[in-house]
Amino acid sequence: MDDNILTFISSSEDETYSLGESIGELVEAGQIILLSGDLGAGKTVLAQGICAGLGVLEDVTSPTFNIINEYEGDFTVYHMDLYRLEKDEELYDLAIEEYLESDGVVIIEWPDLAYDLLPPDFIYIKINRISEEEREISIEGEGERSLTLLERLEEYVDFGY
Amino acid sequence: MTWMEPETFEILYGGSGWLKEEGDEIIILAIESSCDETSAAVVRNGLEVLSNVVASQVELHKKYGGVVPEIASRKHLELINPVISEALHQAGVEFGELDAVAATYGPGLVGSLLVGLTAAKTLAYALQVPFIGINHIVGHIYANFISNNEIQAPVLCLTVSGGHSDLLYFEELGSYELLGSTRDDAAGEAFDKIARVLGLGYPGGPAIERISREGNPAAIDFPRPFIDEDTYDFSFSGLKTAVLNYLNSQKQRKAEINVADVAASFQQAVIDVLIAKVLKAVENYPVKSVILSGGVSANSSLREQLARRLEEYNLPLYTPELQYCTDNAAMIGSVAYYKYLKRDFSPLTLAAKANLKL
Repeated sequence: MDDNILTFISSSEDETYSLGESIGELVEAGQIILLSGDLGAGKTVLAQGICAGLGVLEDVTSPTFNIINEYEGDFTVYHMDLYRLEKDEELYDLAIEEYLESDGVVIIEWPDLAYDLLPPDFIYIKINRISEEEREISIEGEGERSLTLLERLEEYVDFGY
Repeated sequence: MTWMEPETFEILYGGSGWLKEEGDEIIILAIESSCDETSAAVVRNGLEVLSNVVASQVELHKKYGGVVPEIASRKHLELINPVISEALHQAGVEFGELDAVAATYGPGLVGSLLVGLTAAKTLAYALQVPFIGINHIVGHIYANFISNNEIQAPVLCLTVSGGHSDLLYFEELGSYELLGSTRDDAAGEAFDKIARVLGLGYPGGPAIERISREGNPAAIDFPRPFIDEDTYDFSFSGLKTAVLNYLNSQKQRKAEINVADVAASFQQAVIDVLIAKVLKAVENYPVKSVILSGGVSANSSLREQLARRLEEYNLPLYTPELQYCTDNAAMIGSVAYYKYLKRDFSPLTLAAKANLKL
């Protein structure tokens, strides 16, 4: 593991979902997970996997319209999508800081706007499209909780190295 | 028990004639603020819309000044009082003439919902009239009844909007069976995202529909996710990805992209899936009327093609007037009337619920 980055090659939506499940099984309360990648990269699929790993039984659908969806699993999961927001003022209107300081697990798609508000402990997952089906998924961590999560993930998931 | 709890109304006023009955004139102020729109309406006897003010209307921007930001819930705070005043003014109704106040309490964005909900509770408390909390999805169903009074049960309802893709069946109002819904993206969301990728602007539905008229819907064979599967559920995320893959591969090959063809082919794929699920339900349930609701129900290709296919089954298709397709408070006022008749009032402790289900 170099510079606290794990890299995973997914060859299908199912594999992306399974990686999410593993992450969901390993996270602890208060974890913040940022999901970055183009439209259609598979952010929601990964988020669905994370929620399944966290024991969420409900269908997890795209949060684009509601901006924040809330689910009950092992912890409360806040699934956000900042895609439709344009200014960081809008984040304050959503009271996003309160979610970031909660005991739940926070998953944020299209997180760019939120960087200035983040506490110094989060994982950043970037999904890059290699081909129609294949994706390169890199996972970076900052802060103690997130680095512990990365260590566990490296033991638990086959990263092919 | 405080005086505003629903049962108290019945105890204090039941049988005294203070609460009105069916046949009396019942005037309800309704408020909707679940997402981007701030809206207030005054509705008489459930179906007669005396006013329906939606704060994205240009006149209101001019009247109250300033550009209305697209999303912020602060916008709702700024607009809620003027919108309510305007709704009462247009209806020619005073606060004292209201029989109840209603508001959407979910699903939607909690910060936005709270603004309308709090305003409605406050007014109900001050006016000492019942407060009625309404489910936004039920509102979209009732939007059809405002426009069409000949709808016969049992009803199949397809709700397609930016946030929902639901197929519902019901024999009577109030007990809905959810046959299917989206597993990932809503239909309207897929329209918005594809429109953005194609550079067609927001909102995506009307933009795609407009340019599709110049395109060939059979030009590109995009997948129809779930169309043959034994479920009433929808999935539009895979279709979105297929369109993106097509655009990427065209770019890589430096081949020309015909935006109108892409838009038309995408739109047709969505319509085909929606129609297939409606027809499947029609074949399996004793449906007498099919109704469309939600923002995507404004799509004329969907309306025309679905109506044509339903003719084969001798079934009428009902659609709301365009102003009641998108979010509006009139539909909330319509639901509230029927709840009023059933004395189905809500406590002032009713909380906003982001994930409220049917």
